[in-house]
Amino acid sequence: MKTACIAGAGNTAFGRHEGRGPLDLMAEAAGRALDDAGLKRSQIDGVLCGYATTLPHLMLSTLFCERFSVQPAYAHSVQLGGATGGAMLMLARELVRAGRCTNVLVVAGENRLTGQARDSSIQTLAQVGDADFEVPNGASVPAYYALLASRYMFETGLTEPDLAEFAVLMRTNAARHPDAHLKETITRASVLASKPIAAPLKLLDCCPISDGAMALVVSAEPRRSPRVALAGAGQGHRHQHLTAIADTTNYGARDAAARAFAESGLGLADIDYLAIYDSFTITLAILLEEIGFAPRGGSADRVRKGDFLPGGPLPLNTHGGLLSFGHCGVAGGMGHAVEAYRQLAGRADDRQTGVRRRAFVHADGGVMSSHVSLILARED
Amino acid sequence: MPPPSLSAPFLEGLARGELRYQRCADCDAPQTLARYACRQCGGTRLVWRTAAGLGTVYAVTVVARAPSEEFRALAPYTLAIVELDEGPRLMGHAAPGVAIGDRVHAGYFTFGGHTLVRFAAGA
Repeated sequence: MKTACIAGAGNTAFGRHEGRGPLDLMAEAAGRALDDAGLKRSQIDGVLCGYATTLPHLMLSTLFCERFSVQPAYAHSVQLGGATGGAMLMLARELVRAGRCTNVLVVAGENRLTGQARDSSIQTLAQVGDADFEVPNGASVPAYYALLASRYMFETGLTEPDLAEFAVLMRTNAARHPDAHLKETITRASVLASKPIAAPLKLLDCCPISDGAMALVVSAEPRRSPRVALAGAGQGHRHQHLTAIADTTNYGARDAAARAFAESGLGLADIDYLAIYDSFTITLAILLEEIGFAPRGGSADRVRKGDFLPGGPLPLNTHGGLLSFGHCGVAGGMGHAVEAYRQLAGRADDRQTGVRRRAFVHADGGVMSSHVSLILARED
Repeated sequence: MPPPSLSAPFLEGLARGELRYQRCADCDAPQTLARYACRQCGGTRLVWRTAAGLGTVYAVTVVARAPSEEFRALAPYTLAIVELDEGPRLMGHAAPGVAIGDRVHAGYFTFGGHTLVRFAAGA
Protein backbone atom coordinates (compact mmCIF):
# COMPACT_ATOMS: atom_id res chain seq x y z
CA MET A 1 0.00 0.00 0.00
CA LYS A 2 1.12 3.55 -0.71
CA THR A 3 1.29 6.16 2.06
CA ALA A 4 -1.30 8.93 1.82
CA CYS A 5 -0.07 12.36 2.85
CA ILE A 6 -1.59 15.79 3.09
CA ALA A 7 0.11 17.77 0.36
CA GLY A 8 -1.46 21.18 0.86
CA ALA A 9 -4.26 23.17 2.46
CA GLY A 10 -6.27 26.28 1.72
CA ASN A 11 -9.09 28.25 3.27
CA THR A 12 -11.13 31.39 2.97
CA ALA A 13 -11.66 33.62 5.97
CA PHE A 14 -14.74 32.57 7.98
CA GLY A 15 -17.46 35.09 8.74
CA ARG A 16 -19.66 37.09 6.38
CA HIS A 17 -19.14 36.73 2.62
CA GLU A 18 -22.13 38.72 1.40
CA GLY A 19 -23.07 37.87 -2.18
CA ARG A 20 -20.81 34.82 -2.52
CA GLY A 21 -22.18 31.29 -2.97
CA PRO A 22 -20.83 27.86 -2.00
CA LEU A 23 -19.01 27.35 -5.33
CA ASP A 24 -17.34 30.78 -5.11
CA LEU A 25 -16.03 29.97 -1.65
CA MET A 26 -15.01 26.40 -2.57
CA ALA A 27 -13.10 27.65 -5.61
CA GLU A 28 -11.14 30.14 -3.50
CA ALA A 29 -10.15 27.55 -0.88
CA ALA A 30 -9.37 24.88 -3.51
CA GLY A 31 -7.24 27.29 -5.53
CA ARG A 32 -5.20 28.07 -2.45
CA ALA A 33 -4.82 24.38 -1.57
CA LEU A 34 -3.50 23.61 -5.07
CA ASP A 35 -1.03 26.51 -4.88
CA ASP A 36 0.03 25.33 -1.43
CA ALA A 37 0.57 21.79 -2.70
CA GLY A 38 2.40 23.00 -5.81
CA LEU A 39 -0.04 21.17 -8.09
CA LYS A 40 -1.66 22.11 -11.38
CA ARG A 41 -5.35 21.47 -12.02
CA SER A 42 -4.46 18.72 -14.49
CA GLN A 43 -2.72 16.78 -11.72
CA ILE A 44 -5.89 16.39 -9.65
CA ASP A 45 -7.33 12.94 -10.39
CA GLY A 46 -9.82 12.71 -7.53
CA VAL A 47 -12.32 15.20 -6.10
CA LEU A 48 -14.40 14.72 -2.96
CA CYS A 49 -16.68 17.50 -1.84
CA GLY A 50 -19.16 18.07 0.94
CA TYR A 51 -22.74 19.25 0.68
CA ALA A 52 -24.09 22.77 1.08
CA THR A 53 -27.51 23.38 2.64
CA THR A 54 -27.72 26.57 0.57
CA LEU A 55 -27.07 24.66 -2.68
CA PRO A 56 -28.78 21.26 -2.51
CA HIS A 57 -27.55 20.09 -5.93
CA LEU A 58 -27.68 16.43 -6.98
CA MET A 59 -24.08 16.44 -8.21
CA LEU A 60 -22.19 19.12 -6.34
CA SER A 61 -18.80 17.49 -7.02
CA THR A 62 -19.02 17.56 -10.81
CA LEU A 63 -20.73 20.95 -10.77
CA PHE A 64 -17.71 22.21 -8.85
CA CYS A 65 -15.27 20.35 -11.13
CA GLU A 66 -16.75 21.95 -14.25
CA ARG A 67 -16.57 25.48 -12.86
CA PHE A 68 -13.13 24.89 -11.35
CA SER A 69 -11.93 23.27 -14.60
CA VAL A 70 -10.70 19.93 -13.33
CA GLN A 71 -11.49 16.58 -14.95
CA PRO A 72 -10.83 13.91 -12.32
CA ALA A 73 -10.97 10.13 -12.73
CA TYR A 74 -12.98 9.84 -9.50
CA ALA A 75 -15.50 12.28 -7.97
CA HIS A 76 -18.55 12.47 -5.74
CA SER A 77 -19.90 14.28 -2.74
CA VAL A 78 -20.22 12.92 0.79
CA GLN A 79 -22.87 13.57 3.45
CA LEU A 80 -22.22 12.78 7.09
CA GLY A 81 -23.14 15.99 8.89
CA GLY A 82 -20.26 17.47 10.87
CA ALA A 83 -18.22 14.31 10.31
CA THR A 84 -18.24 14.78 6.52
CA GLY A 85 -14.79 16.37 6.38
CA GLY A 86 -13.27 13.56 8.40
CA ALA A 87 -15.02 10.95 6.28
CA MET A 88 -13.79 12.59 3.06
CA LEU A 89 -10.20 12.63 4.32
CA MET A 90 -10.50 8.98 5.34
CA LEU A 91 -11.83 8.07 1.90
CA ALA A 92 -9.19 10.18 0.12
CA ARG A 93 -6.58 8.29 2.10
CA GLU A 94 -8.04 4.95 0.99
CA LEU A 95 -8.15 6.06 -2.66
CA VAL A 96 -4.49 7.05 -2.53
CA ARG A 97 -3.34 4.00 -0.59
CA ALA A 98 -5.09 1.66 -3.02
CA GLY A 99 -3.52 3.40 -5.99
CA ARG A 100 -6.86 4.54 -7.40
CA CYS A 101 -5.83 8.22 -7.24
CA THR A 102 -2.60 10.15 -6.85
CA ASN A 103 -3.88 13.60 -5.86
CA VAL A 104 -7.32 13.92 -4.28
CA LEU A 105 -8.79 17.37 -3.73
CA VAL A 106 -11.09 17.44 -0.68
CA VAL A 107 -13.16 20.62 -0.57
CA ALA A 108 -16.23 22.10 1.08
CA GLY A 109 -17.75 25.54 1.45
CA GLU A 110 -21.03 27.23 2.18
CA ASN A 111 -22.60 30.65 2.64
CA ARG A 112 -24.58 29.30 5.58
CA LEU A 113 -24.71 32.71 7.30
CA THR A 114 -25.63 35.10 4.49
CA GLY A 115 -27.20 32.62 2.04
CA GLN A 116 -30.40 32.03 4.01
CA ALA A 117 -32.46 33.37 6.92
CA ARG A 118 -31.18 32.30 10.35
CA ASP A 119 -34.47 30.51 11.14
CA SER A 120 -34.19 28.59 7.88
CA SER A 121 -30.67 27.46 8.72
CA ILE A 122 -31.68 26.39 12.24
CA GLN A 123 -34.70 24.46 10.93
CA THR A 124 -32.67 22.68 8.25
CA LEU A 125 -30.15 21.55 10.84
CA ALA A 126 -32.91 20.45 13.28
CA GLN A 127 -33.86 17.76 10.73
CA VAL A 128 -31.03 15.58 12.02
CA GLY A 129 -33.64 14.85 14.72
CA ASP A 130 -36.37 12.24 14.25
CA ALA A 131 -39.09 13.70 12.03
CA ASP A 132 -41.97 12.11 13.99
CA PHE A 133 -40.67 11.72 17.56
CA GLU A 134 -38.34 14.71 18.07
CA VAL A 135 -38.58 17.58 15.58
CA PRO A 136 -42.34 18.29 16.10
CA ASN A 137 -41.60 19.23 19.73
CA GLY A 138 -39.89 22.44 18.61
CA ALA A 139 -36.47 20.95 19.17
CA SER A 140 -33.32 22.27 17.50
CA VAL A 141 -29.70 21.14 17.39
CA PRO A 142 -28.84 23.24 20.48
CA ALA A 143 -31.82 21.64 22.28
CA TYR A 144 -30.61 18.14 21.37
CA TYR A 145 -27.13 18.90 22.68
CA ALA A 146 -28.62 20.57 25.76
CA LEU A 147 -30.56 17.41 26.58
CA LEU A 148 -27.41 15.38 26.00
CA ALA A 149 -25.47 17.80 28.23
CA SER A 150 -28.02 17.60 31.04
CA ARG A 151 -27.61 13.83 31.27
CA TYR A 152 -23.83 13.84 30.84
CA MET A 153 -23.39 16.53 33.51
CA PHE A 154 -25.74 14.62 35.84
CA GLU A 155 -23.63 11.49 35.46
CA THR A 156 -20.14 13.01 35.55
CA GLY A 157 -20.44 16.15 37.70
CA LEU A 158 -19.25 18.42 34.86
CA THR A 159 -20.57 21.97 35.50
CA GLU A 160 -21.54 25.07 33.50
CA PRO A 161 -18.39 26.92 34.67
CA ASP A 162 -16.43 23.88 33.42
CA LEU A 163 -17.98 24.26 29.97
CA ALA A 164 -17.20 27.99 29.96
CA GLU A 165 -13.48 27.16 30.09
CA PHE A 166 -13.68 25.68 26.59
CA ALA A 167 -15.47 28.71 25.15
CA VAL A 168 -12.76 31.02 26.51
CA LEU A 169 -9.92 28.78 25.26
CA MET A 170 -11.35 28.61 21.73
CA ARG A 171 -11.87 32.39 21.62
CA THR A 172 -8.32 33.03 22.83
CA ASN A 173 -6.99 30.75 20.09
CA ALA A 174 -9.17 32.35 17.40
CA ALA A 175 -7.82 35.78 18.30
CA ARG A 176 -4.42 34.63 16.93
CA HIS A 177 -5.83 33.55 13.55
CA PRO A 178 -6.34 36.25 10.89
CA ASP A 179 -9.18 34.29 9.26
CA ALA A 180 -11.32 33.51 12.34
CA HIS A 181 -14.95 34.65 12.55
CA LEU A 182 -15.12 35.63 16.24
CA LYS A 183 -12.16 37.33 17.94
CA GLU A 184 -13.72 39.65 20.50
CA THR A 185 -12.42 38.77 23.98
CA ILE A 186 -14.71 36.77 26.24
CA THR A 187 -14.32 35.70 29.86
CA ARG A 188 -15.70 32.86 31.96
CA ALA A 189 -18.10 35.38 33.50
CA SER A 190 -19.32 36.63 30.13
CA VAL A 191 -19.87 33.07 28.90
CA LEU A 192 -21.94 32.28 32.00
CA ALA A 193 -23.87 35.55 31.59
CA SER A 194 -24.54 35.12 27.86
CA LYS A 195 -28.15 34.71 26.85
CA PRO A 196 -29.80 31.34 27.40
CA ILE A 197 -30.32 29.18 24.28
CA ALA A 198 -31.27 25.78 25.71
CA ALA A 199 -30.25 25.18 29.32
CA PRO A 200 -27.50 24.44 30.27
CA LEU A 201 -26.18 25.87 26.97
CA LYS A 202 -25.90 29.62 26.55
CA LEU A 203 -25.04 31.63 23.45
CA LEU A 204 -21.27 31.41 24.02
CA ASP A 205 -21.47 27.62 24.50
CA CYS A 206 -22.69 27.41 20.88
CA CYS A 207 -20.71 27.83 17.67
CA PRO A 208 -21.72 30.68 15.35
CA ILE A 209 -23.15 30.20 11.84
CA SER A 210 -20.54 31.37 9.32
CA ASP A 211 -19.71 31.59 5.62
CA GLY A 212 -16.46 30.00 4.48
CA ALA A 213 -14.62 27.17 2.78
CA MET A 214 -11.73 24.76 3.41
CA ALA A 215 -9.73 22.49 1.11
CA LEU A 216 -7.01 19.88 1.49
CA VAL A 217 -5.08 17.82 -1.05
CA VAL A 218 -4.37 14.19 -0.12
CA SER A 219 -1.55 12.79 -2.20
CA ALA A 220 0.80 9.88 -2.77
CA GLU A 221 3.50 12.32 -3.86
CA PRO A 222 3.63 15.35 -1.55
CA ARG A 223 6.17 17.99 -2.66
CA ARG A 224 6.75 19.62 0.68
CA SER A 225 8.97 18.52 3.53
CA PRO A 226 8.40 17.37 6.24
CA ARG A 227 5.72 14.98 4.99
CA VAL A 228 2.47 14.78 6.97
CA ALA A 229 0.98 11.30 6.60
CA LEU A 230 -2.55 10.16 7.30
CA ALA A 231 -1.33 7.34 9.56
CA GLY A 232 -4.65 5.94 10.73
CA ALA A 233 -8.39 6.36 10.43
CA GLY A 234 -11.51 4.90 11.97
CA GLN A 235 -15.24 5.45 12.22
CA GLY A 236 -18.03 4.65 14.67
CA HIS A 237 -21.80 4.88 14.14
CA ARG A 238 -24.02 3.75 16.99
CA HIS A 239 -27.21 5.79 16.51
CA GLN A 240 -28.69 8.65 14.51
CA HIS A 241 -31.07 10.23 17.01
CA LEU A 242 -30.50 11.60 20.47
CA THR A 243 -33.35 9.60 22.00
CA ALA A 244 -31.83 6.35 20.70
CA ILE A 245 -28.52 6.80 22.52
CA ALA A 246 -28.17 3.72 24.71
CA ASP A 247 -24.79 4.26 26.36
CA THR A 248 -23.55 7.66 27.57
CA THR A 249 -20.06 6.22 28.08
CA ASN A 250 -19.67 5.38 24.38
CA TYR A 251 -21.39 7.58 21.83
CA GLY A 252 -19.19 6.03 19.14
CA ALA A 253 -16.15 8.31 19.51
CA ARG A 254 -14.29 5.65 21.46
CA ASP A 255 -14.96 3.07 18.72
CA ALA A 256 -13.68 5.40 16.01
CA ALA A 257 -10.59 6.39 18.01
CA ALA A 258 -9.73 2.78 18.89
CA ARG A 259 -9.89 1.80 15.22
CA ALA A 260 -7.68 4.72 14.17
CA PHE A 261 -5.13 4.05 16.89
CA ALA A 262 -5.01 0.35 16.10
CA GLU A 263 -4.39 1.05 12.43
CA SER A 264 -1.63 3.56 13.10
CA GLY A 265 0.09 1.49 15.77
CA LEU A 266 0.03 4.57 18.00
CA GLY A 267 -1.65 5.29 21.33
CA LEU A 268 -2.99 8.25 23.31
CA ALA A 269 0.45 8.94 24.80
CA ASP A 270 1.99 9.41 21.33
CA ILE A 271 -0.29 12.34 20.49
CA ASP A 272 1.03 15.89 20.87
CA TYR A 273 -1.68 17.93 19.08
CA LEU A 274 -5.48 17.73 19.32
CA ALA A 275 -8.03 18.71 16.66
CA ILE A 276 -11.42 17.93 18.18
CA TYR A 277 -14.89 18.82 16.91
CA ASP A 278 -16.52 21.50 19.06
CA SER A 279 -20.00 22.43 17.81
CA PHE A 280 -20.82 23.18 21.44
CA THR A 281 -18.65 23.35 24.56
CA ILE A 282 -20.27 20.12 25.76
CA THR A 283 -19.28 18.36 22.51
CA LEU A 284 -15.62 19.14 23.12
CA ALA A 285 -15.74 18.08 26.78
CA ILE A 286 -17.46 14.77 26.03
CA LEU A 287 -15.17 13.88 23.13
CA LEU A 288 -11.99 14.59 25.12
CA GLU A 289 -13.28 12.47 27.98
CA GLU A 290 -14.70 9.60 25.95
CA ILE A 291 -11.60 9.24 23.77
CA GLY A 292 -9.42 9.34 26.88
CA PHE A 293 -7.58 12.67 26.74
CA ALA A 294 -9.15 13.53 30.13
CA PRO A 295 -10.87 11.54 32.86
CA ARG A 296 -14.69 11.54 33.08
CA GLY A 297 -15.80 14.98 34.26
CA GLY A 298 -12.16 16.11 34.29
CA SER A 299 -11.63 17.78 30.91
CA ALA A 300 -12.08 21.32 32.27
CA ASP A 301 -9.45 20.66 34.94
CA ARG A 302 -6.97 20.05 32.14
CA VAL A 303 -7.99 23.36 30.56
CA ARG A 304 -7.49 25.14 33.89
CA LYS A 305 -4.05 23.54 34.25
CA GLY A 306 -3.11 24.94 30.84
CA ASP A 307 -2.59 21.53 29.25
CA PHE A 308 -4.53 22.46 26.10
CA LEU A 309 -2.97 25.92 25.63
CA PRO A 310 -0.78 26.49 22.56
CA GLY A 311 2.27 26.27 24.85
CA GLY A 312 0.99 23.23 26.75
CA PRO A 313 1.63 19.54 26.18
CA LEU A 314 -1.56 19.03 24.09
CA PRO A 315 -2.48 22.16 22.14
CA LEU A 316 -6.17 21.98 21.17
CA ASN A 317 -7.79 23.58 18.09
CA THR A 318 -5.24 26.40 17.80
CA HIS A 319 -7.34 27.96 15.02
CA GLY A 320 -10.22 28.56 17.45
CA GLY A 321 -12.47 25.62 16.54
CA LEU A 322 -16.05 25.81 15.48
CA LEU A 323 -16.80 27.82 18.62
CA SER A 324 -14.76 30.82 17.46
CA PHE A 325 -13.07 30.23 14.08
CA GLY A 326 -16.63 29.53 12.95
CA HIS A 327 -18.97 26.92 11.52
CA CYS A 328 -20.20 26.96 7.94
CA GLY A 329 -21.09 23.26 7.77
CA VAL A 330 -18.74 20.73 6.22
CA ALA A 331 -15.86 23.20 5.92
CA GLY A 332 -16.18 24.09 9.60
CA GLY A 333 -15.53 20.47 10.44
CA MET A 334 -12.50 20.44 8.10
CA GLY A 335 -10.92 23.43 9.83
CA HIS A 336 -9.56 21.27 12.63
CA ALA A 337 -7.72 18.99 10.20
CA VAL A 338 -6.40 21.94 8.19
CA GLU A 339 -4.91 23.47 11.34
CA ALA A 340 -3.52 20.11 12.50
CA TYR A 341 -1.80 19.71 9.13
CA ARG A 342 -0.30 23.20 9.37
CA GLN A 343 0.95 22.58 12.92
CA LEU A 344 2.60 19.29 11.95
CA ALA A 345 4.07 20.80 8.79
CA GLY A 346 5.51 23.65 10.88
CA ARG A 347 3.59 26.19 8.84
CA ALA A 348 1.06 27.61 11.31
CA ASP A 349 2.64 31.11 11.18
CA ASP A 350 2.35 33.00 14.48
CA ARG A 351 0.32 30.15 15.96
CA GLN A 352 3.05 27.54 15.49
CA THR A 353 3.34 25.56 18.73
CA GLY A 354 6.92 24.35 18.31
CA VAL A 355 7.52 20.98 16.67
CA ARG A 356 4.36 18.84 16.65
CA ARG A 357 4.63 15.28 15.37
CA ARG A 358 1.36 13.44 15.87
CA ALA A 359 -2.11 14.91 15.75
CA PHE A 360 -5.38 13.27 16.69
CA VAL A 361 -8.30 14.63 14.66
CA HIS A 362 -11.92 13.83 15.53
CA ALA A 363 -15.21 14.91 13.98
CA ASP A 364 -18.79 14.08 14.90
CA GLY A 365 -22.00 14.49 12.93
CA GLY A 366 -25.62 14.72 14.03
CA VAL A 367 -26.06 14.42 17.78
CA MET A 368 -22.84 12.55 18.57
CA SER A 369 -24.18 10.19 15.88
CA SER A 370 -21.36 9.66 13.39
CA HIS A 371 -17.72 9.68 14.39
CA VAL A 372 -14.52 9.82 12.37
CA SER A 373 -11.03 9.78 13.90
CA LEU A 374 -7.84 10.46 11.96
CA ILE A 375 -4.22 10.32 13.05
CA LEU A 376 -1.75 12.61 11.31
CA ALA A 377 1.96 11.92 11.61
CA ARG A 378 4.90 14.13 10.66
CA GLU A 379 7.59 12.19 8.84
CA ASP A 380 10.97 13.96 8.77
CA MET B 1 -49.34 11.45 -1.05
CA PRO B 2 -46.17 10.38 0.75
CA PRO B 3 -46.23 6.75 1.92
CA PRO B 4 -47.18 6.26 5.58
CA SER B 5 -44.29 6.69 7.97
CA LEU B 6 -42.84 3.75 9.89
CA SER B 7 -43.94 5.76 12.94
CA ALA B 8 -47.61 5.95 11.83
CA PRO B 9 -48.89 3.78 14.75
CA PHE B 10 -47.09 6.09 17.19
CA LEU B 11 -48.62 9.20 15.59
CA GLU B 12 -52.10 7.64 15.48
CA GLY B 13 -51.71 6.72 19.15
CA LEU B 14 -50.77 10.27 20.08
CA ALA B 15 -53.89 11.60 18.36
CA ARG B 16 -55.93 9.26 20.59
CA GLY B 17 -54.04 10.12 23.77
CA GLU B 18 -51.97 6.92 23.85
CA LEU B 19 -48.22 6.32 23.93
CA ARG B 20 -47.41 3.48 21.56
CA TYR B 21 -44.04 1.78 21.21
CA GLN B 22 -42.59 -1.29 19.54
CA ARG B 23 -41.64 -4.47 21.38
CA CYS B 24 -39.75 -7.41 19.89
CA ALA B 25 -41.90 -10.54 19.61
CA ASP B 26 -38.75 -12.69 19.70
CA CYS B 27 -36.69 -11.32 22.61
CA ASP B 28 -39.23 -8.96 24.24
CA ALA B 29 -36.87 -5.93 24.06
CA PRO B 30 -38.66 -2.55 24.01
CA GLN B 31 -37.62 -0.21 21.18
CA THR B 32 -36.94 3.52 21.29
CA LEU B 33 -38.23 5.40 18.19
CA ALA B 34 -39.45 3.25 15.27
CA ARG B 35 -37.35 0.46 13.78
CA TYR B 36 -37.41 -2.21 11.09
CA ALA B 37 -35.49 -4.63 13.30
CA CYS B 38 -34.91 -5.17 17.01
CA ARG B 39 -31.92 -3.23 18.37
CA GLN B 40 -31.10 -6.16 20.67
CA CYS B 41 -31.56 -9.35 18.61
CA GLY B 42 -32.13 -8.11 15.06
CA GLY B 43 -35.50 -9.86 14.83
CA THR B 44 -38.02 -8.25 12.53
CA ARG B 45 -41.23 -9.20 14.36
CA LEU B 46 -41.82 -5.88 16.11
CA VAL B 47 -45.27 -5.40 17.64
CA TRP B 48 -46.81 -2.07 18.62
CA ARG B 49 -47.95 -1.89 22.26
CA THR B 50 -49.44 0.87 24.39
CA ALA B 51 -47.48 2.22 27.38
CA ALA B 52 -49.18 3.35 30.59
CA GLY B 53 -47.69 6.84 30.23
CA LEU B 54 -45.61 6.72 33.41
CA GLY B 55 -41.87 7.18 33.52
CA THR B 56 -38.73 8.80 34.93
CA VAL B 57 -37.02 11.94 33.59
CA TYR B 58 -33.73 10.97 31.90
CA ALA B 59 -32.67 14.37 30.48
CA VAL B 60 -34.14 17.88 30.54
CA THR B 61 -33.65 21.34 29.01
CA VAL B 62 -35.41 24.68 28.87
CA VAL B 63 -35.51 26.01 25.31
CA ALA B 64 -35.21 29.81 25.28
CA ARG B 65 -34.29 30.21 21.59
CA ALA B 66 -37.11 28.51 19.66
CA PRO B 67 -36.37 27.31 16.11
CA SER B 68 -39.44 28.90 14.50
CA GLU B 69 -41.90 31.78 14.81
CA GLU B 70 -44.58 29.29 15.81
CA PHE B 71 -42.60 27.94 18.77
CA ARG B 72 -41.37 31.40 19.79
CA ALA B 73 -44.91 31.99 21.09
CA LEU B 74 -44.38 29.10 23.49
CA ALA B 75 -40.80 29.90 24.61
CA PRO B 76 -39.34 29.36 27.09
CA TYR B 77 -40.51 25.74 27.17
CA THR B 78 -39.21 22.64 28.88
CA LEU B 79 -38.26 19.56 26.85
CA ALA B 80 -37.43 16.23 28.44
CA ILE B 81 -36.43 12.72 27.50
CA VAL B 82 -38.40 10.34 29.68
CA GLU B 83 -37.64 6.67 30.20
CA LEU B 84 -41.07 5.03 30.20
CA ASP B 85 -41.67 2.27 32.73
CA GLU B 86 -42.01 -0.18 29.83
CA GLY B 87 -38.45 0.64 28.72
CA PRO B 88 -38.40 2.94 25.68
CA ARG B 89 -37.25 6.56 25.88
CA LEU B 90 -39.41 9.36 24.51
CA MET B 91 -38.88 13.09 23.95
CA GLY B 92 -41.70 15.38 24.97
CA HIS B 93 -42.57 18.70 26.53
CA ALA B 94 -42.56 18.80 30.31
CA ALA B 95 -43.81 20.95 33.15
CA PRO B 96 -41.38 23.69 34.20
CA GLY B 97 -39.07 22.63 37.00
CA VAL B 98 -38.98 18.88 36.41
CA ALA B 99 -35.54 17.40 37.09
CA ILE B 100 -33.63 14.26 36.11
CA GLY B 101 -34.87 11.34 38.20
CA ASP B 102 -38.36 12.82 38.76
CA ARG B 103 -41.36 10.53 38.28
CA VAL B 104 -43.74 11.90 35.62
CA HIS B 105 -46.90 11.03 33.73
CA ALA B 106 -47.84 11.86 30.16
CA GLY B 107 -50.50 14.36 29.12
CA TYR B 108 -51.26 15.69 25.64
CA PHE B 109 -51.75 19.00 23.87
CA THR B 110 -52.21 20.10 20.29
CA PHE B 111 -49.70 22.52 18.75
CA GLY B 112 -48.96 23.42 15.16
CA GLY B 113 -51.20 20.67 13.84
CA HIS B 114 -49.47 17.95 15.90
CA THR B 115 -50.53 16.22 19.09
CA LEU B 116 -47.59 16.53 21.45
CA VAL B 117 -46.79 14.88 24.75
CA ARG B 118 -46.40 16.97 27.87
CA PHE B 119 -45.04 15.22 30.96
CA ALA B 120 -46.05 16.46 34.41
CA ALA B 121 -44.76 15.54 37.85
CA GLY B 122 -46.28 12.60 39.70
CA ALA B 123 -46.87 9.00 38.76
